[in-house]
Amino acid sequence: MSWFVGYVRSSVGAKTIMAVTGLLMVLFAIVHMIGHLQMFGGQDMYNAYASFLQSLWEVKWPTRAGLIAVFVIHLVSAIRLVMMNRAARPVKYAKYTPARSTIAGRTMALTGLVILAFVFFHLAHFTFGGVQPEYFHLPDGHGRHDAYTMFVRAFQNPAMYGIYFAAILLLSMHLAHGASSWMQTLGLRHPKYPWTDKVGPALMVILFIGYMAPPTAVLLNVIKLPGA
Amino acid sequence: MNLTVHVWRQKNGKDAGRMVTYQVKGVNEHASFLEMLDVLNEQLVAKGEEAIAFDHDCREGICGMCSLVINGRPHGGHERTTTCQLHMRHFKDGQEIWVEPWRAGAFPVIRDLCVDRRAFDKIIAAGGYISANAGSAPDGNAVPVPKEQADRAMDAAACIGCGACVAACPNGSAMLFVAAKLAHMHMLPQGQPERAKRTEAMVTAMDAAGFGNCSNHYECEAACPKDISRDVIAMMNRDYTKASLGHREEESKAEGAG
Ligand code: FES
Repeated sequence: MSWFVGYVRSSVGAKTIMAVTGLLMVLFAIVHMIGHLQMFGGQDMYNAYASFLQSLWEVKWPTRAGLIAVFVIHLVSAIRLVMMNRAARPVKYAKYTPARSTIAGRTMALTGLVILAFVFFHLAHFTFGGVQPEYFHLPDGHGRHDAYTMFVRAFQNPAMYGIYFAAILLLSMHLAHGASSWMQTLGLRHPKYPWTDKVGPALMVILFIGYMAPPTAVLLNVIKLPGA
Repeated sequence: MNLTVHVWRQKNGKDAGRMVTYQVKGVNEHASFLEMLDVLNEQLVAKGEEAIAFDHDCREGICGMCSLVINGRPHGGHERTTTCQLHMRHFKDGQEIWVEPWRAGAFPVIRDLCVDRRAFDKIIAAGGYISANAGSAPDGNAVPVPKEQADRAMDAAACIGCGACVAACPNGSAMLFVAAKLAHMHMLPQGQPERAKRTEAMVTAMDAAGFGNCSNHYECEAACPKDISRDVIAMMNRDYTKASLGHREEESKAEGAG
């Protein structure tokens, strides 16, 4: 296994790890977004989806374990790379003018940390029910957890909406750079397919709109409480 | 033209260094940036001050010796231009100009604007050559090489090893340089037998020298005076991963013995 350790420690290997784990999380982000779009289908559809996910423990736990592992590896590897990159330029320029890099690219470490904090908040909010416990244990009349009402109640609060708006914006920015980078890092980027550079920015727009659509609909009273 | 120039002055590797501001008078707009520094140096020497040390050799954009981060951009930031080819007409009379050395841990400052770029030599020494005894140059077309392939090899071989990529990279990464040096050989038949071994060796040497890691900002590509494309980095990444995954202990032992 020594070649593997050597590979993972190398610059190219560390980048590959970032790309592969990042890609897996991008896939999760897309699936997660599609799941939430079912808010537009009404209480029954959303709660059925939520309880369906919860019932599949054979899928749920391996997925959760996998996601946590991927997240931790991405994070640890990122910290290591950032430290190495900082060390590679011990003296800063008095004047430095970026030519081609983007704000999204240059703020990856920062947006990454915000996402980390947001993931904890989001889990506490909707998985553990610690942020708005009053809306967490509502039954929906079919013996299911009323995820729909919990969702609507959460985003009727403009402050909560604001938190998610900011976090999703930064998350999309992070992916704008990341989702364009992985092809290059894995050595798959090729001049024959120049559109691959647009995947990140396109995904940023899609994810931002897709994630913010249901909460925005709640705020604008398009998605209402059942019976309201 | 008259200019205000802020220059990094540093006596030696141990000195902390600082920016010093000079007024340069009577610069010809047809002069190159290096000639402007020559003029400044003459003025300094006439006043009995130390001349500013900076690297240069060919002064025609082919040797890779000149450097300088000018107003925050390596070689001044004009397309396909080295500092020695940079003309003063790109600046305005009375303009303020910042001049700094390449900044990278792997390129320590020797004095003023001169940095030690021997880290690049170490990377080349690790594998930037073909070790078979090739004899004299083969007859034309004895080894068939498709034209596009030859062109791409030439594009990569245009690298003059100046280090602008490292200077431009927010992470001080040398990947464009290393990848160019790998690509110009890996585009040709002669480079194939040692491809995996060479890629591993040069990337390992690059990491050992303390360069940073690419974050796909592509500042290197923008700064490269020879217009080397980031595509070579993708190729290096692919080759390195393939080389590592296909690694066989016996092979490297056999190669080591041979
Ligand atoms: S002095 Fe030779 S490239 Fe500038």
